Amino acid sequence: MSQELEGAQPQLPSTPPEAAAVAGVGAELARLFAGQVEPQGDSFGTEVVKVRPTALRDVARWLKEAGFHLLLDVAGVDYRGRRPPEERFEVVYHLLDLAGRRRVRLKVALPEQEPTVATVSDLWPAAQWAEREVFDLFGVRFQGHPDLRRILMPDDWQGHPLRKDYPLRGPQRTPSVQGLRSRFFPVRAPEDDRLAGPAESSPASPPDARGLQEGESRHGT
Amino acid sequence: MEVLSQPFFLTTVDRFARWAQRSSLWPLTFGLACCAIEMMNLVGPRYDAARFGAEVFRASPRQADLMIVSGRVSHKMAPVLRRLYEQMPEPKWVIAMGACASSGGIFDNYAIVQGVDEIVPVDVYVPGCPPTPDAVLDAILKLQERIRSGDRKAGVLA
Repeated sequence: MSQELEGAQPQLPSTPPEAAAVAGVGAELARLFAGQVEPQGDSFGTEVVKVRPTALRDVARWLKEAGFHLLLDVAGVDYRGRRPPEERFEVVYHLLDLAGRRRVRLKVALPEQEPTVATVSDLWPAAQWAEREVFDLFGVRFQGHPDLRRILMPDDWQGHPLRKDYPLRGPQRTPSVQGLRSRFFPVRAPEDDRLAGPAESSPASPPDARGLQEGESRHGT
Repeated sequence: MEVLSQPFFLTTVDRFARWAQRSSLWPLTFGLACCAIEMMNLVGPRYDAARFGAEVFRASPRQADLMIVSGRVSHKMAPVLRRLYEQMPEPKWVIAMGACASSGGIFDNYAIVQGVDEIVPVDVYVPGCPPTPDAVLDAILKLQERIRSGDRKAGVLA
């Protein structure tokens, strides 16, 4: 029995012969799309290629036909203050060739004013929600996207929270909280029952006993 | 006096109603974050909220008396939570479980409501991150005591 088990050990895959070919994708792209792509070397087994926004769709289509059938993720980056305004935003695509065990990362730099890039959701339907997320949080517009709505934030949200110039607590902390209160408590009836009960009959405590200073109240009042 | 030959006790309608209300505080089934994992232990054999009549988590707000807000509430979730609260029949109570539900907790940012009392009236706040199931049981017991001793929402409804 043990001999059988030993004999049944799976064949470990040898070093993939495609490992050499991985270095070839960037070079091949640079040859096919001269002046439009810029190979940036290997990053932990992933070929990194910088692509001009205008060439993205052609590059993406070529990669898909070359076997990169799986779009792993579409991510956004804000390089505010670290790069010129013409390259403030970057959209990053991760592609995987399942059969050839190859990985490619495409980087597209976009300007600060109206960052726009073509969608790849017709090539990889998985891009639909990923592109909506980048639009929601960074304000990058994807031309040709069938349904470019916010996906994480409420539909009526203002701004794009993952931009570096978006304040952590939101642009209008106090007004928004007050707006929320007035939305859900339109009328504050005097018999508001939350403080009813025997334990809360101690008006002797000073107003700042809760440790809140004026203007710092959580309710903004 | 045939009636006196039978066992009986005297009470008021109001006290009787409060006894019924506090003896079956049925929570609404929903969890928002990691606090919900602790909340689930309430109805397990170790903590056994059935001892206090609060073990029947109802899947419909129409059948729930108690809303345990177990976790952070995002601005996107706030209208949903408020609607669930409004769908619960009177009388109803709310427990804010944990730091996030009580005050926003560590999530002092644009996305999270800074305390669920911004959108629903809270009866008991439970500290902790997350609170232990014991702490939530304590909150339920405190709520029961309030219902017994004169909470205005409880008793015979006007």
